[in-house]
Amino acid sequence: MSDFLIIWGQRDVVLAGLLNTVILLVIAAVASIVLGAVLAALLMSKHKAVAKGAALYVDAMRCSPFLLFVYLIYFGLPTLGISLSNWVSGAIALILYNTAYMAELMRGAWLELPATMIESGKAFGFRGVSLLRYIILPPVLLRAMPLISSQLIQIVKDSAFLTVIAVSELTHEMTSIQATYFIPFAAFVTAVALYWGICLTIEAANGMLDKYAEQRRS
Amino acid sequence: MTAYDYWSITRGALATISLSLVSILLGVPLGLALALIRWARVPVLSRLVYGYVSVVRSCPTVTLTLLVYFALPQLGLSLEPTGAAILALTVSTSAFNCEIWRSALVEFPRDQYDAARAFAMSRWVRLKLIVFPQIWRASLPALVNEMTLQIKSTPAVAVIGIVDITRAALRVGANTYQPLPPFIFALLLYGVIVFALLRVQRALERRQRVSGAMA
Repeated sequence: MSDFLIIWGQRDVVLAGLLNTVILLVIAAVASIVLGAVLAALLMSKHKAVAKGAALYVDAMRCSPFLLFVYLIYFGLPTLGISLSNWVSGAIALILYNTAYMAELMRGAWLELPATMIESGKAFGFRGVSLLRYIILPPVLLRAMPLISSQLIQIVKDSAFLTVIAVSELTHEMTSIQATYFIPFAAFVTAVALYWGICLTIEAANGMLDKYAEQRRS
Repeated sequence: MTAYDYWSITRGALATISLSLVSILLGVPLGLALALIRWARVPVLSRLVYGYVSVVRSCPTVTLTLLVYFALPQLGLSLEPTGAAILALTVSTSAFNCEIWRSALVEFPRDQYDAARAFAMSRWVRLKLIVFPQIWRASLPALVNEMTLQIKSTPAVAVIGIVDITRAALRVGANTYQPLPPFIFALLLYGVIVFALLRVQRALERRQRVSGAMA
């Protein structure tokens, strides 16, 4: 029990790590949903070459483990002459990787849209971006919501990999606390509990949005 | 990159494949057992399984691996890195597999189960001959999907010093000062492994169709 008191004594560090994980989650979630919507539009493009290129990107990401992709960004970009801080490379890796997954989820929801909906949107003069923004995306996002929220949980879990490039997120801070005070059990159990808390919050938010979607449909 | 570098990354692939294989072979039946506990509504136990699945599903593999490797010795159970890695990966995949099996069990038509009971089949025979073949068929795509996710989460065990594909590629990159070629080779290896797994799934599905047609 005294081990947990040490963790309580270090709550500033723990909360800083938790906050960093949450910030990474929010940035990666917003950016990957927005970019994912754009990529989904490219996947659905009528131009074969565009759709093929987008599909290649999505497949490459889906084959690659997140950690490998993190290394690729962290060590690969400097060889191309771009050097970024650990935090920024971590965030970029999270965004680019999850954009592919978000795009694939939205493509699935998009395929289920009734064609008449898009056609009548076109008949009302919606074109290009405005067609996407006002006609296609709202139902696609509502439909894909449960899958998007489980992808958000995946982002939370992926963010723990960023400890290997020394981004000071939750797992990283907990590792340094356990290394200083030799209290691995308390440190990692606290970490697991906090991750659980984040994921329960995401699930609760998804439940609320789901209710909203139900109301909108009826 | 020299031939030796390629070889060392390929050796990492052996570690990746064997760790994923062992954890899948342990995790799939374990997931089924957990799902059956929830399906049969065993008092207390099914509550515990619910909690276990909820916590493990939201726990990053890296954190879980660190927990198993560093925290269990404090409880008097110390494991070698390989054992800790297998335990962490099995715990993680069993929670996901439990949900997959459970959703197949929930969809399973109750009348068939009752009919088997009317034929005086014992509980074990009912599960083995009536329930299992059907939920296996229904769960296979989702199980394989989870296996590919499992292979992609194995690099997490590198944090306790196991040299898998990703770690081996990182080492080669550090030695040659050219990180891109080893990472791209590693990406290809993962692609090959995932592709091979999907082929196995296709083959299993074809066999199911054949045996389904004969029955």
